[in-house]
Amino acid sequence: MSLVNYATREITCKIVYYGPGRSGKTTNLHYIYGQVPADRKGQMVSLATQTDRTLFFDFLPLDLGTISGFSTRFQLYTVPGQVYYQTTRKLVLQGADGVVFVADSQARQMDENIESMQDMHANLAEYGIDARTMPLVLQYNKQDLPPELLLRVPELDEQLNFRGVPSFGADALHGPGVFETLRAVSEQVLRKLSAAGGGRF
Amino acid sequence: MGGASRVRVDTRLRFDNLVVGAGNRLAVAAARAVAESPGAVYNPLFIYGGTGLGKTHLLSAIGHLSEALHPGLDVEYLSLLDFVEQLLAATSAGHLEAFTSRYERVGLLLIDDVQFLTGHREMQAELLKLFERMQRAGRQIVLTSDRPPAEIPDVDARLVSRLSGGLIADVTAPEFETRMAILRANCEERKLSFQDGVLEEMAAFSFASVRELQGALNRLVAHQAIGAESGRAASAPEPAGRSLGEFESFLSDVSKDVAHAVESWQSRLSAAVQHWRGEGYRTRVIERALSLAKEPDVDGLLKTFEAAVDHLRNLELTATSVDPALGGDAVFRDPERMAEAEDLVERALAGATPPEGPSPSFVRSAFEVGTSNQLAVHAADAVIAEPGTKYNPLVFYGPSGVGKTHLLNAIGNTLTGTGAAPKVVAYVHAQKFVDELIAAIQGGSVERWRIRYRNADALIIDDVQFVAGKERTQEELFLLFNSIVAAGKQIVMTSDRPPAEIPDLEARLRSRFEGGLVVPIQAPDRSLRERLFAKYLTEAGRNADDALLAVLAEQPVQSVREIIGVVNRLGLASDATGVPVDAALARAELGLATPFAGVHAVGSATRSSRSLMFDAEKLVWEWPDVSARIVEELR
Repeated sequence: MSLVNYATREITCKIVYYGPGRSGKTTNLHYIYGQVPADRKGQMVSLATQTDRTLFFDFLPLDLGTISGFSTRFQLYTVPGQVYYQTTRKLVLQGADGVVFVADSQARQMDENIESMQDMHANLAEYGIDARTMPLVLQYNKQDLPPELLLRVPELDEQLNFRGVPSFGADALHGPGVFETLRAVSEQVLRKLSAAGGGRF
Repeated sequence: MGGASRVRVDTRLRFDNLVVGAGNRLAVAAARAVAESPGAVYNPLFIYGGTGLGKTHLLSAIGHLSEALHPGLDVEYLSLLDFVEQLLAATSAGHLEAFTSRYERVGLLLIDDVQFLTGHREMQAELLKLFERMQRAGRQIVLTSDRPPAEIPDVDARLVSRLSGGLIADVTAPEFETRMAILRANCEERKLSFQDGVLEEMAAFSFASVRELQGALNRLVAHQAIGAESGRAASAPEPAGRSLGEFESFLSDVSKDVAHAVESWQSRLSAAVQHWRGEGYRTRVIERALSLAKEPDVDGLLKTFEAAVDHLRNLELTATSVDPALGGDAVFRDPERMAEAEDLVERALAGATPPEGPSPSFVRSAFEVGTSNQLAVHAADAVIAEPGTKYNPLVFYGPSGVGKTHLLNAIGNTLTGTGAAPKVVAYVHAQKFVDELIAAIQGGSVERWRIRYRNADALIIDDVQFVAGKERTQEELFLLFNSIVAAGKQIVMTSDRPPAEIPDLEARLRSRFEGGLVVPIQAPDRSLRERLFAKYLTEAGRNADDALLAVLAEQPVQSVREIIGVVNRLGLASDATGVPVDAALARAELGLATPFAGVHAVGSATRSSRSLMFDAEKLVWEWPDVSARIVEELR
């Protein structure tokens, strides 16, 4: 599967929301889904446990219609954040065109953030992908929580954003930062596409 | 299933009220071409695109226009579901054959909403059969669908390939300018007017379909009608159910990025591939460029490709003007097979304009044989019996007027033969051969000129000495000679002298000329002269008694032409004087001394040949009395 299929004039972007458990990846997708006009809404697939934790993954297809003659589709995935779903995470990451790393802004979650970030790099490396070439955007979620629980964006950047990629504070539950994140990762993916000339990775 | 159940084409949906924009230009052009000549181009024509983009409009427009242009044409318009219903009804009633044969008679079949093919396997098989039969009968099929054939799920691959076999054209959502044009056209049609800027404001929304656009216009009209608004620019209502929310602004940003991303060289090339494939051309050249790691010279490549396609089109035009069956030949669709296409055209042209043949008025049976030419005639007969094997080439040489051309034409005519498939015998005078070559070089059609002669079953060249000193002609003649002889075909030539004596003739040609048989034809001997005089006098309806023939045969004429000249002159003199042609008249006319006028016997030979140069007409009219003329002559 390739990002741009010139024969069928299709663009398909697979964007994976990565991050530790309970950081708000699925919430991001839900918010986006809620904003999509009815006529463009695909089916959001969510495989969740009874306690509403992502069991396998979430999948939100976004049909953006025909852009510049290309029928454009975004496929948004989330990985299950819990540590023991390692295989699933790896599977979902396969073939990703861009990654949104959703971090939990709470100070006490920092270890999980870092662990998940390392896990992501390891998984990419196993696919033979240099993480530095993968379009990546960081989102520091839950900025709506009381300030005393949170790390501020510069502090989070210092700990997590060692590659200096775009980062956004967000409140996925209510919307701020959600589309900014999606827009940034789309832009990176598409920019990479025009630079590389259509190939995936 | 008679005409009663026929759905008529909606006459309101015509080409003249169809707004053409970037999104549907190809489809409209193809549709027009199909309507103008159903069955001749793009068969089947497959139009796909989202709902409300004008597919049905196009379909109706095709039906409408072709009905207008071809009054006798049977046009059938229906949706696939109707078609399926008819098919099922026919099947259950056991009238499947009647159903099929009815559709075979339909000249133009317009089927809407083909995407409903999904799953109906039985029906797909019937449809495939029907399409095959219709196309074989030259019937036009036009189909519409909301997606390309390959994407209609669960469809027989053979049917997909058949549907894709003509032209697939898509219609996409109209861009701003087209939306503007559609709105204006709509307003004109419905006699609506809005303040400046209202339509612009409305067209600025990116509607996904024309229907949505018209819906929005209707809303605006409704607003206007209840008097709430008078249609000011600022208050153009938002399109139904749309708000420029976060998603929309995201979409607009992404659109910019996508546009930027796909306007790469690959996308230009792939667009070109799509375009030319749509036009039916092979695009391997561009496809190869697409797989390059670095950006090639896209402009140059596309320009070259376009030029190649232009050239192919011209070639095809030329070819079809000669032989319509060549139209659509695969070589005219593949720029990589340009050489083959050119070759095909050259062949077609050469075949269409065979070289001139021998003159049918010279026949072998009318050729008088005597000792002076019997060798030549014998050789000619041998060649006629076994062309290309015995004497190849056969070269006659001799002075002019001894019958070389006659014999040459006679051979040619016999070789041509009669019957269903006459052979192509090229008969050309060497001077004409030179002129033709010059014209061919000038017109850039040397190859065609060559093929013309090479394709001949026999080659006859008169007065080959004219190639003397013409280097290029000799070169061409050498090649032609080799190819004809190698193909076991006969060559016959004449010359006024033996090949060895032709000046400035290349040795390789001379040796080839001499490699067959070189025979002289000499001036007619006495007995041949006598027979020729007898023949031509008889042909002219004159008396040919022995005394006259004896006198005439003594004339040392050098050629058959001279003999004919003498006969003509005697005839004229006889008519003028009323004296029948006899020995005395002949003597008088030819200025011969009577047998007893021995004084002039010596000079008569020279005189007689010189006297042939006299103007017979002048002599007769100035000397009405033959006896007076004789006196004058003797003085």
